[in-house]
Amino acid sequence: MKIDASKPLEYSTEENSNKIFGFWVFLGAEIALFATLFTVYFVLVDRFASGPNGSELFEIGPVLLETFLLLTSSFTIGLAIHAMRHGYKKAMMFFFGITLLMGLGFLAIEITEFFTYVHEGATLQTSAFLSSLFVLLGTHGAHVTFGFLWGTAILIQIKRHGINPATANKSFIFSLYWHFLDVVWIFIFSYVYLKGLM
Amino acid sequence: MDLEKFKVHGGVLIYGAMVSIALATLAIIIGLTVFKKWGYLWREWLTTVDHKRIGVMYILAALLMLFRGGIDALMMRLQTAAPEMKFLDAQHYNEVFTTHGLIMILFMAMPFIIGLMNVIVPLQIGARDVAFPRLNAVSFWLFFFGAMLLNISFVIGGSPDAGWSAYFPLASIEFSPTVGNNYYSLALQISGIGTMLTGVNFIVTILKMRAPGMKLMRMPMFTWSVLITNVIIVFAFPVLTIALALMMFDRLFGSQFFTMANGGMDMLWANLFWVWGHPEVYIVILPAFGIYSDIISTFSKKNLYGYTSMVASMVIISLLSFLVWAHHFYTMGQGVMVNSFFSITTMAIAVPTGVKIFNWLFTLRKGRITFTTPMLYTLAFIPIFTIGGVTGVMLAMASADYQYHNTMFLVAHFHYVLIPGAVFAVIAGFHYWFPKVFGFRLNERLGKHAFWWIIISFNVAFFPLFILGLMGMTRRMYTYSAETGFGPLNMVSFAGALGLAIGFVILVYNIYWSTRYMPRDTTGDPWDARTLEWATNSPIPAYNFAVVPTVTDRDAFWVSKQENIPLFKDQIKKIHMPSNTGKPFILGVIFFFFGFFMVFSMWVPAIVSGVGILITLCAMSFDRDHGFYIPEKEIIATEKKLRGETV
Repeated sequence: MKIDASKPLEYSTEENSNKIFGFWVFLGAEIALFATLFTVYFVLVDRFASGPNGSELFEIGPVLLETFLLLTSSFTIGLAIHAMRHGYKKAMMFFFGITLLMGLGFLAIEITEFFTYVHEGATLQTSAFLSSLFVLLGTHGAHVTFGFLWGTAILIQIKRHGINPATANKSFIFSLYWHFLDVVWIFIFSYVYLKGLM
Repeated sequence: MDLEKFKVHGGVLIYGAMVSIALATLAIIIGLTVFKKWGYLWREWLTTVDHKRIGVMYILAALLMLFRGGIDALMMRLQTAAPEMKFLDAQHYNEVFTTHGLIMILFMAMPFIIGLMNVIVPLQIGARDVAFPRLNAVSFWLFFFGAMLLNISFVIGGSPDAGWSAYFPLASIEFSPTVGNNYYSLALQISGIGTMLTGVNFIVTILKMRAPGMKLMRMPMFTWSVLITNVIIVFAFPVLTIALALMMFDRLFGSQFFTMANGGMDMLWANLFWVWGHPEVYIVILPAFGIYSDIISTFSKKNLYGYTSMVASMVIISLLSFLVWAHHFYTMGQGVMVNSFFSITTMAIAVPTGVKIFNWLFTLRKGRITFTTPMLYTLAFIPIFTIGGVTGVMLAMASADYQYHNTMFLVAHFHYVLIPGAVFAVIAGFHYWFPKVFGFRLNERLGKHAFWWIIISFNVAFFPLFILGLMGMTRRMYTYSAETGFGPLNMVSFAGALGLAIGFVILVYNIYWSTRYMPRDTTGDPWDARTLEWATNSPIPAYNFAVVPTVTDRDAFWVSKQENIPLFKDQIKKIHMPSNTGKPFILGVIFFFFGFFMVFSMWVPAIVSGVGILITLCAMSFDRDHGFYIPEKEIIATEKKLRGETV
């Protein structure tokens, strides 16, 4: 394995830089995936049948909290990568851990929200609008859940092996994924919740 | 548990299928045990990460599926060969035409093409492997087990029966109550994820792993076509992923996406399906164009005419392919403006395609043409595909389409496009690259026999369908009365189908015969070809190239032969290789069970296997295997041996 010292650790081998590029391509596919889900949502948003519509269902409080958590976690994963580039293992693990905890907090609120909706009689089966809402939010939430598990696995590897080209590469790719989920959430926040509340 | 839902009632044919599946499985198990090949199978194939072996497995699976889909086709043609036939009942006929379409497109054409691109693309760009060898194995096993999941539907629970396009509301739980369409949503999902990962893998491989000097505009045309195809895959397959997921939610969890009540919208399915489905057509046809381009220039002894315009037209086709989907349902009431838009975009595709046809003709012009088997398929492709293309333009006219829509005319059209456009191409590519992979050519005499059987029978089987369509015979009709007058032409078509079957049997016999009797090729370049894959030995050593080639021109190998420019300038050094791993195979197996349990709504085992998937992924993340090195000495010895020298 040839290591190019002039590049940051996560880019330092050919394999590493291929992996990062490959992940960008994969994010392209993810954009197509979420674009399709948003399209489905926009097509079905006014078809709420006998069920509630967005303005009857949504509450701004928990959603703001979710947004706050996820946006902040995007900042902390940035700090983790910054620490990683300086070789500060402890600081990196700290910020990485904070990121994952905030992700967990986000999930907790989202799941509570889902229970509230269902409790109010707004289920997956009620209307096309609700089906598309649950699947759009659920797909994002499933991504966050997967991210939490994946991030935990990486965190354990950093603890065991320290910051080396392999773990740095994984962490950097994870940070790209995490930022991407944040971007998707911004669209959900604006076009699902804010627009729905209007 | 209710065992009734696993059973399929359908008489002799179904039981025959069950018995033959059981016997074949038993034969394989006994064979492997008697010849002590379990270890070999596991070490050399199931755990391999070598792009050539993965490619070979793709092609083997595709050939198997070709026969499965071909038998479906024969059954359909037999059932419609004469009026009021009683061979299949309506339900069984529905299942057969559905699985025929699914298998031929997703589990035959796609894997055949992906197999060829696996074997050839890294060689054409002078790389030692694909960018992510282990991911490549994951892709293959997901495809393979997805295909197996769909195939067992025939004997366990019942196959999908709402057509390969599975339109709602027909495919909903209300109108298709069997588990068939559950299989559809899960089997396609599993193999689709594999395909999407292939897309990512090959984009990175082609953009980042080319040999020094191999600029983008020096790449062989097949590699170009694969690059463009994979870009389409990466942007089209996520749409299928979502469509299938929504279908699964509708059928398994009672959501309301495509229902008729509670605000659901059935046309949403048709739109999502074809937003993926039309690019899918180009996913199988563009690589075929690439294969033909390479074959034509090799056997005309000329460089490809209009290289730049070839690339440009493929890029234009790939963009347009996303803008034509609604032409699959002009008659479903989206209004004049929408129909006009899609009519124009559809006809526009004929322009870049026409450019390609003329480029091939100009490449042939004044060439020194040799009529080998791959070249024959290529030459036959041009006129037959043109018929398919011209009838496509007829169908593209929205107002005229009201006459042709869902008739046998359409069926004839897309077989005239897809069979020369994809099947002839993969057969041509198979004959062309076979000596590269196995070190000997397929027999030309048998190859040409198969060719003539296939070409003539193809036209006999499908040309009558144009006329039947214009006479008013609709597609997917399981029988008809004698008064319609459809009988005689359908009988002709059945005869053609039989001829096609004979052609394919000869083709497979040729593989067996050539394996036993054809002389070995030690040159590595039996066709006097032009591109880099022919510069290494055949069969290809595990490391592809002992020394990475340096490229100075298009058709790099040809130029180096003509002008004596050395391709391999460096010394032989030790080569880094990825280690084999069993995890992708295990992941595929778990995905198979996950899919199966989901199909039958068995939630607890489904959740358990879902957790199994996560654990396997986690195990892959913790893997700290950095591969191994092949020492210099071993490389030198292998090189000598492959060139027929004594070591």
